[in-house]
Amino acid sequence: METYRDLPQSTYSLQTTESVRTGTWRTFRPVIDTKKCTRCYTCWKFCPDLSVDVKEEGDFPKVDLDHCKGCGICANECPTGAITMLREDTIC
Amino acid sequence: MLDLMTGNAAAAKGAMLARVEVIAAYPITPQTSISEKLAEMVANNEIAAKYIKVESEHSAMAALIGASYVGARTFTATSSQGLALMHENLYWAAGARRPIVMPVVSRALGPPWNIWTDHMDVMGERDTGWMQFFCENNQETLDLILIAYRVAEDKEVMLPAMIIEDGFILSHTFEKVDVPAIEEVDFFLHPFNPDVKVNFRKPRRYGSLVMPDWAMEFRYNNYLAMEKAKKKFLEAGVAFKKAFGRDYGDLVELYRCEDADVALIVAGSAAGTAKVAADRMRERGRKVGVAKLRVFRPFPTEEMLRLGEVVRTIGVFDRSYTYGQGGAIYGEVRNALFPLAPDVRVKGYIGGLGGRDVTEAEFEKMYDDLLMIARNGSMQKDVEWVALKDGSWRW
Amino acid sequence: MPRFTIPKDEYLSKGHSGCAGCGATLLARFCLKALGPKTIINSPACCWSVVQGVWPRAALKVPVIDHAFECTGAVSSGIRAALDIKGMDDITVVGWAGDGGTVDIGLQSLSGAIDRRTDFLYIMYDNEAYMNTGIQCSGCTPLYAWTNTTPGGVRQEWKDVGKKRIMDMLVANGIAYGATVSIAYPEDLVAKVKKAKSIRGPKFIHALSSCPPGWKIPSAKSVEVARLATQAGVFPLFEYENGAYTLSKDVKTKPVEEYLMSQGRFKHLTPAMIADIQTKVDEEYAVLKAKCQGAGASA
Repeated sequence: METYRDLPQSTYSLQTTESVRTGTWRTFRPVIDTKKCTRCYTCWKFCPDLSVDVKEEGDFPKVDLDHCKGCGICANECPTGAITMLREDTIC
Repeated sequence: MLDLMTGNAAAAKGAMLARVEVIAAYPITPQTSISEKLAEMVANNEIAAKYIKVESEHSAMAALIGASYVGARTFTATSSQGLALMHENLYWAAGARRPIVMPVVSRALGPPWNIWTDHMDVMGERDTGWMQFFCENNQETLDLILIAYRVAEDKEVMLPAMIIEDGFILSHTFEKVDVPAIEEVDFFLHPFNPDVKVNFRKPRRYGSLVMPDWAMEFRYNNYLAMEKAKKKFLEAGVAFKKAFGRDYGDLVELYRCEDADVALIVAGSAAGTAKVAADRMRERGRKVGVAKLRVFRPFPTEEMLRLGEVVRTIGVFDRSYTYGQGGAIYGEVRNALFPLAPDVRVKGYIGGLGGRDVTEAEFEKMYDDLLMIARNGSMQKDVEWVALKDGSWRW
Repeated sequence: MPRFTIPKDEYLSKGHSGCAGCGATLLARFCLKALGPKTIINSPACCWSVVQGVWPRAALKVPVIDHAFECTGAVSSGIRAALDIKGMDDITVVGWAGDGGTVDIGLQSLSGAIDRRTDFLYIMYDNEAYMNTGIQCSGCTPLYAWTNTTPGGVRQEWKDVGKKRIMDMLVANGIAYGATVSIAYPEDLVAKVKKAKSIRGPKFIHALSSCPPGWKIPSAKSVEVARLATQAGVFPLFEYENGAYTLSKDVKTKPVEEYLMSQGRFKHLTPAMIADIQTKVDEEYAVLKAKCQGAGASA
């Protein structure tokens, strides 16, 4: 997008927000302990940022670090306590 | 087909001939009979449209913005307080590039309550980005609705338009109107087929939130569209003449201005009165003309400059007052003619507010005043209120 | 046994601008799963105007029409009229607005759309204040809550009335279906939205949408606090259809104090205020249960 000539007529959107790396907002990062995880997918269910990825039923959930804002809902809701929130600056 | 009808009936007929698809209307004097006539037409299958009985004018414009995004041709009508209530949605419709067409039956704003005509309601909306066309008579009301859709829906324009007919003087007065056959109108006006409309294969957000870094460019594009509309209106006017015989191929209709010493710029029904006054003056050997302002938005700057090169003393009759530089049209005309100053003199006359009748005699007095200014080369007052009860017997 | 209890398809993008832990984004994610792609959303000025992201990006994978604050119902009516005239009868029209934009400034427009029996679904995401503008009191702010316009101070100016009874008002207005939903009960929410989708006429869903900055809770507790609201009877889950009320979950097991004390916006509450709220919650819950038994249902 260089000049006014490149704009769409009327202000409609051109792409999704997927390229926005909201992961940079984080102070705490969720870490999933697969030994405690029962794959109930509660974390996947309650993530407001769609940042817990489960490709297929049976897979262990994986955190999408490009987008995870570190809200901590997953850790709070996990029934087996398999998720811990660690401060970003304690992880090298 | 010749018929006898009021301005409001002509407006409703225009909507029918334009095959509007979604109507959202709310009653207000003196527009009400448009809402009623349309409801009757829909109930009798004379228009195949959806009629939304909205609960306010703000909601009327909101509903049409939504409907227009789905790709429907939309129509509403209002006046005065209703137009003022729609204000934020007028900005929205223009910014969203929705080609809604809306007759505005001009009426004074309160307080005090006043149901008769003046242009303060529509002048208050001249910054919204809507096109504004003024009607001299009921024929123009019908015709301009058809022309408005053609211009508004042009892919390079895509701006909404208001058609202004003076309340009661036009809206409720029976005049002879030539109603075209709908089949002929179909050749002139094709179905609404916008590029930008709701799409499920490529879902988009219409409206969005734009940061300062691109906001100006979006506004600029709206400005360019409004400028384009000038050319598109002229083209539509020429096409209209070919189809129906009536000529709308100008933004300003010049009446006896070619050799005039003075001219009056008038918009709306008063232009008809001014023309009669001009004829009377001509009979007495005075060379005067009327420049009827047909299109106020986009503003016909080039036409004003061409007029100013021929006629060196110009009066502007305004049915509005801006609390700034006189009436709305006066301020903009004077601004447009500035490159020709001081050779061109411009004087503003304020009259007809709140439905006050403006007579032929009063127009003749305005012409006398302008002729004296032309003779003396100067004027005492830049702006004068016509027939004001101020204890003087000037008018 | 690994299992998805709600549909897997996503119609919300990653990378949206919602606050960390935003209840409304979770709500949108759930609702969109139930609504599917043949949906048009119209939305006024609210948190979601900003959450959807900055042009040229947008977070929803269905068409969205932005519009002015007070006319959600009217825009929905317009969209539906145009869809009807174009013969597109398999599209769900969804008015998506916050509590302030619904029960205060948007009430006339919503009432008009219901009165016109517009076929649309209106989802009010209730974060209990004008949150987009920075936490000001709305008609849905609960009794005694702190907001920036009910800031307490020397004169103890907290919210002095309870929430507007919007569901009762709209039942009287003539909705075909009404339901309360919560982000803490996603399976119930998805089922209700799917059901609403299948009903013709004006439908209203009142969704409790927790707000970490506005309710003064840690973002991690967003879902838990919403759950507490239902468990304390403050936000019961029920449905209304054809004059009949149905309780979705009878889980009123906790005292309101536990719910209230979990949030900073209630930390100033005195024992008398808490007792007052408990009494009112108990009374209203009893009224609701009676309605669900059939007594007092509107014709």
